[in-house]
Amino acid sequence: MSSTQDFQRWPDAHGRFGDFGGQYVAETLMAPLAELTEAYERLRDDPAFIAELDRDLKHYVGRPSPIYHAERLSQHIGGARILLKREDLNHTGAHKINNTVGQALVAKRMGKPRIIAETGAGQHGVASATVAARLGLKCVVYMGAVDIERQKINVYRMKLLGAEVVPVTSGSKTLKDALNEAMRDWVTNVADTFYIIGTVAGPHPYPMMVRDFNAIVGREARAQMLEEYGRLPDVLTACVGGGSNAIGLFHAFLNDAQVRIVGAEGGGEGIASGHHAASLAAGRPGVLHGNRTYVLCDDNGQIAETHSISAGLDYPGVGPEHAYLKDAGRAEYVGVSDEEAMEAFHLLARTEGILAALESSHAVAQAMKLARELPSDGMVLCNLSGRGDKDVHTIAACEGVEV
Amino acid sequence: MSRIDRRFAALKATGRTGLIPFVTAGDPSPEHMVTLMHALVDAGADLIELGIPFSDPMADGPVIQHASERAIARGVGLAEVLGWVTAFRTRDAETPIVLMGYLNPIEIHGYERFAREAVQAGVDGVLLVDCPLEEAAVLQPLRQAGLQQILLAAPTTAPGRMVRLCESAEGFLYYVSFAGITGAGSLSTHDIAARVADVRARATVPVAVGFGVRNAQSAKEIAGFADAVVIGSALVGRLAGAKGPDEIVGRVRDILQPIRSALDTH
Ligand SMILES: Cc1ncc(COP(=O)(O)O)c(C=O)c1O
Repeated sequence: MSSTQDFQRWPDAHGRFGDFGGQYVAETLMAPLAELTEAYERLRDDPAFIAELDRDLKHYVGRPSPIYHAERLSQHIGGARILLKREDLNHTGAHKINNTVGQALVAKRMGKPRIIAETGAGQHGVASATVAARLGLKCVVYMGAVDIERQKINVYRMKLLGAEVVPVTSGSKTLKDALNEAMRDWVTNVADTFYIIGTVAGPHPYPMMVRDFNAIVGREARAQMLEEYGRLPDVLTACVGGGSNAIGLFHAFLNDAQVRIVGAEGGGEGIASGHHAASLAAGRPGVLHGNRTYVLCDDNGQIAETHSISAGLDYPGVGPEHAYLKDAGRAEYVGVSDEEAMEAFHLLARTEGILAALESSHAVAQAMKLARELPSDGMVLCNLSGRGDKDVHTIAACEGVEV
Repeated sequence: MSRIDRRFAALKATGRTGLIPFVTAGDPSPEHMVTLMHALVDAGADLIELGIPFSDPMADGPVIQHASERAIARGVGLAEVLGWVTAFRTRDAETPIVLMGYLNPIEIHGYERFAREAVQAGVDGVLLVDCPLEEAAVLQPLRQAGLQQILLAAPTTAPGRMVRLCESAEGFLYYVSFAGITGAGSLSTHDIAARVADVRARATVPVAVGFGVRNAQSAKEIAGFADAVVIGSALVGRLAGAKGPDEIVGRVRDILQPIRSALDTH
């Protein structure tokens, strides 16, 4: 890897990150995407917009989120210090709100009265319903029927916030199908509807826009590291579903060549089992949901049904910027199994008093592995993307407990 | 001159409106797919759009989604689809065939390999829903092999972009009659007449109108201002569940023949 390479310069004017990204959508969506790109590129440099976003992030979301040294966990593991970027402390309990606050402000400025969103774990659905309620916008959330079953609490939260939750029963009835259905809604209602995509996937400008709104995580973290620890961490890790919390943390560090970057994908029952959601670790380049990226599919190009214990990682594609970072050799992506994530969940709960989301527990498991490989003065910075309240039912079911 | 160009030239010479049925390859029955294709022609089809099943048909409504799911469950992939085209060509060397679908199956198959095999099978063009003009560079091997890329135009297409689409169009331009997914709503022919007239004035290729054509009545209204009409969901929905060649052929006749006569008498 050459240290002179600028990994932060993407995407190019066509929305491409190297060979990945782009706008692979039906003709009907080309105009609304152009309208959105134009609006967003104008707003991202507009001081009034930036000021409003900053205000919301501070007073509504509760930023900045702290970096917490998980001392007992680190001791238990033996090895480097594990530091947690506490996105779980944000309003609504995950990093997803960083993005929805931003996109909702774009929607408002574009004069769109209706918001739609897809959701897997329900965190993005909740975060969308939340900002819609606050701005007085109508909100419809598409969610796979399978995910509705395993994330009941979030479904009810969305309803309490005034959103309509539409079950999606096509295909594998999970996140990818919810995204298809939201796209179908958008194509039908382009005039009055703003589609808030919940991760760094979809057609340009979404991977760029969602990254920009989440990049606050890494910007804060980088400054906090320098201020509190006097140097950058040795390695970063985050879980990767579509990749928004991961790119949010990674982006500010991409040109810090000494910082190793590792993404943790949903390894399910293990990559060898075929039951997993590790698109980067085990997939191949393809086209899904409007962009070229790594996908999990069969030899006929049919998108695979993925498996992960965490609904938020259960996605057969991944944001195109991660595909680029993998091929460029700047970041590594590995599968973390359901079992490893569950172990990490319990260990973090008992050593630190933090119930992490199952998605984030994959990152914690990866952080533990990385910490073991490093000396005691090493530092692993892990994005704790969300809190685990929503997963209590799933975890209880796994343990055979009734709640 | 390509088979598609020849067919439209012949339609123009006789003053007829083209009829383009869409069927999902492998539905209702892989065994009788070739029979179905010949039945389409016998019932008056001028060109066949054959849908390559895809797991995530983002631009399609429930009728075509479900047909796609059924075909995939029966193991239908590109090899089968191309096999049916090859078999069809042994008896019909004239009716153009356009494969319609999404990019991923072709990307995974390999663009060069697909181009070679498709031409060999007797495919004339491709209509890839999620490959707009801006991304069409990946289709270069297809064009080089002689496959025409059918482009879509939509009500949301901006004027400047429409000019570019018209300039790049090959074979025919597929005008999507409303912003939405296949099989949704019913269209207001009054609204689209003016837009299609505008597109036809700019385009050097014929313009086919699709989305929302359900029956002889709607087809006839569109025939007043389009070079061809596409009938998709209404046909796929009617074919669903048909068993055996007789039932398939019968249903094709029931739905296409009235449309054919309506087009010919408009
Ligand atoms: C807490 C949490 N972390 C991570 C994810 C995965 O999404 P992404 O990879 O876009 O961060 C989700 C998605 O629902 C989530 O809720």
